[in-house]
Amino acid sequence: MERNHIQLSEESLAKQSTTLNLGPTHPATHGVFQNILEVDGERVLSTEPTIGYIHRAFEKIAERRPYYQITPLTDRLNYCSAPINNIGWHLTVEKLVGISVPKRVDYLRVIIMELARIADHIVCNSVIGVDTGALTGFTYVFQYREKIYEIYEEICGSRLTTNIGRFGGFERNFTDVAWDKIDAFLREFPKAWKEFEDLLNRNRIFMERCQGAGPLTPEMALAYSVTGPNLRAAGVDFDVRVATPYSSYEDFDFKIPVGSTGDVYDRFMVRNMEIWESLGIIQQALEKLKDLDPSVFHADVPEFYLPEKKDVYTKMEALIYHFKIIMGETEILPGEIYHAVEGANGEVGYYLISDGGRTPYRLHFRRPCFIYYQMYPEIIKGGLLSDAILALSSINVIAGELDA
Amino acid sequence: MSLTYENLRQVLSDKFGDSAVYEESFGMLSVTVPSAQILKLLQFLYENEGMGFRFLSDLSGVHYPERQGEEFCVVYHLHNLVENVRLRVKTFVPAEKPDVFTATKVFPGANWMERETYDFFGINFVGHPDLRRILNADEMDYFPMRKEYTLEDPQRTDKDDEMFGRGGSV
Amino acid sequence: MPRPVQYNANDKVKLVDLPEGYAGEGFYATSFDKVVGLARKNSLWPLPFATSCCGIEFMATMGANYDLARFGSERMGFTPRQCDMLLVAGTISKKLAPVLRQVYIQMAEPRWVVAIGACASSGGIFDSYSVLQGIDQVIPVDVYVPGCPPRPEGILDGILKLQELVGNESLRRRNSEQYKALMQSYGIQ
Repeated sequence: MERNHIQLSEESLAKQSTTLNLGPTHPATHGVFQNILEVDGERVLSTEPTIGYIHRAFEKIAERRPYYQITPLTDRLNYCSAPINNIGWHLTVEKLVGISVPKRVDYLRVIIMELARIADHIVCNSVIGVDTGALTGFTYVFQYREKIYEIYEEICGSRLTTNIGRFGGFERNFTDVAWDKIDAFLREFPKAWKEFEDLLNRNRIFMERCQGAGPLTPEMALAYSVTGPNLRAAGVDFDVRVATPYSSYEDFDFKIPVGSTGDVYDRFMVRNMEIWESLGIIQQALEKLKDLDPSVFHADVPEFYLPEKKDVYTKMEALIYHFKIIMGETEILPGEIYHAVEGANGEVGYYLISDGGRTPYRLHFRRPCFIYYQMYPEIIKGGLLSDAILALSSINVIAGELDA
Repeated sequence: MSLTYENLRQVLSDKFGDSAVYEESFGMLSVTVPSAQILKLLQFLYENEGMGFRFLSDLSGVHYPERQGEEFCVVYHLHNLVENVRLRVKTFVPAEKPDVFTATKVFPGANWMERETYDFFGINFVGHPDLRRILNADEMDYFPMRKEYTLEDPQRTDKDDEMFGRGGSV
Repeated sequence: MPRPVQYNANDKVKLVDLPEGYAGEGFYATSFDKVVGLARKNSLWPLPFATSCCGIEFMATMGANYDLARFGSERMGFTPRQCDMLLVAGTISKKLAPVLRQVYIQMAEPRWVVAIGACASSGGIFDSYSVLQGIDQVIPVDVYVPGCPPRPEGILDGILKLQELVGNESLRRRNSEQYKALMQSYGIQ
């Protein structure tokens, strides 16, 4: 148990640079990962990241669980925007099995996913503010995350790790209270976000801190398979919602904000603008929902979607379906599928191989944070130490998604 | 020539002949090649004028213990961002000598993805700059995602097989 | 007087009850450990050891809606040398266990540990080869808060229970044989 966590090389004492351990537990790194930095004064020469401090073996656990029981596992990948992972998993299995969901379900899913994206971007941007010393923004906008949590609670009962939805739709229709809360959120949040932007966007200290820190060129971003806001800040407009639309995203009209230099300021601004786009999408979804039948909230797939209790007590087929779903004996046809959704950090992919049994044969999560954290040593090379800390929080590494 | 799956099959058959096996399911084409040709295929897909598969979405491994002589499979998911076309490339290697050429020369982002695949399955990526464990503890001496190992820690003393639903006295 | 003096007329502030003692003209006599307990429990400085999802719920507890600061945990120190309460929120893997132990050893007496969440208490839903099945395998724990993640009210309840423990703790506990045996069993000097 007394393993030394810092492996110093042979000539360590003779060299001019200092070895600094930005250890697994550190107040400025938001998550559990270690960076051993070589610094010369204030300049970072190189760094060696170590991850795996929160490896929970999701892929191995997924091979033991029936398909429904994997949804709570997907929650815990990117826990700041858990509904996106859940809905992405449901979309994967629906594509494999061939379930087509009604339009209204698609639009409801879009609303939930965009709310989750807003929640994740709120965390990332306010934490960039905290790392530069601007604590006010953080304490102010975190209140709106509570409002988003209240909306989730109305729909699925839980705040953070939501386990929202079922294969084919949602577990219950959105209540009037939920609609009121969504309307209230859309009324009040834009004002608060405008205030947050006024605090930081054109703030001279913030701009001088952030511009030029941790720059990422588009060639490097594409070479390291970066996706999401980090890639868009570098200048490449790749968004899975536009490239391979899922859940009726093609019906919505939104812009993709793109940056130019890929530094911390661009990433901050891209996330800011994505929040405005998400608010626009939710507004459009609410408009479109007015024309659809409000009682539809799931597809008619009794093999996967739990039947209503009154049918379970009276009809035989409903009882059998209920039993099979709860005991996890639903048979999924053999097949191999890769499906991707646009998470808050990039392309969240699910590679599922089913061999016809009740549990997946192999489930691999394409986790964006894991893939783009590789470029962190490249973007801080030659920069100052404080820029390195700022770059780390601006690329939004979420430890659950890093290690899975 | 637009990049549809038929044209892609045509071009790849011309270049690689019978060694490539094709399969299309759920809107994505899978190409399986022998492990000796995997690097050539990835380079062809990257550099060739009409191909342009310059983005590696995902790299993972699968263990098929029943397939004798071809137990491990390495799966690459490629994406052509300009034409918006996805492709899956697979290669099989035997368990006695699980060697695959590294893709880091073509895609630097494959570095950690290959380390993760090595960590879980023990597939040796020939030519990788730094092939060591990434997610598990360095002292671990087995490759946990292989099918013969259980999910739980083998050294558990407080729970036994019966509690995990595997045999026991009942 | 130029203007009337107004004292703090806010009578909705809940004041802590005085411990039992003997009051007199200008003095109040009570036993030492009660006073020390009272002082300690109302100013527990937490050290957040937040690893995963429970860490986000912990951040929500610290926020303005479910304020933790009103119970005395105003200063969120991130160094073990200056804190007395270690809040472990989130999954601890076997790779991180030595780090956790090191942080615990660096804390000065008296120190308390709260395990927030199912993963810290017992490994949670992750019964796998890489997750430590409960932090009490490496450090002694005082309060367990179940939940996945526990609601902020639950975390506050756990901290209030810890405050009860702290208030009633005897001053000689850290030197007692039982405590030394507990530390021996974990291998901590």
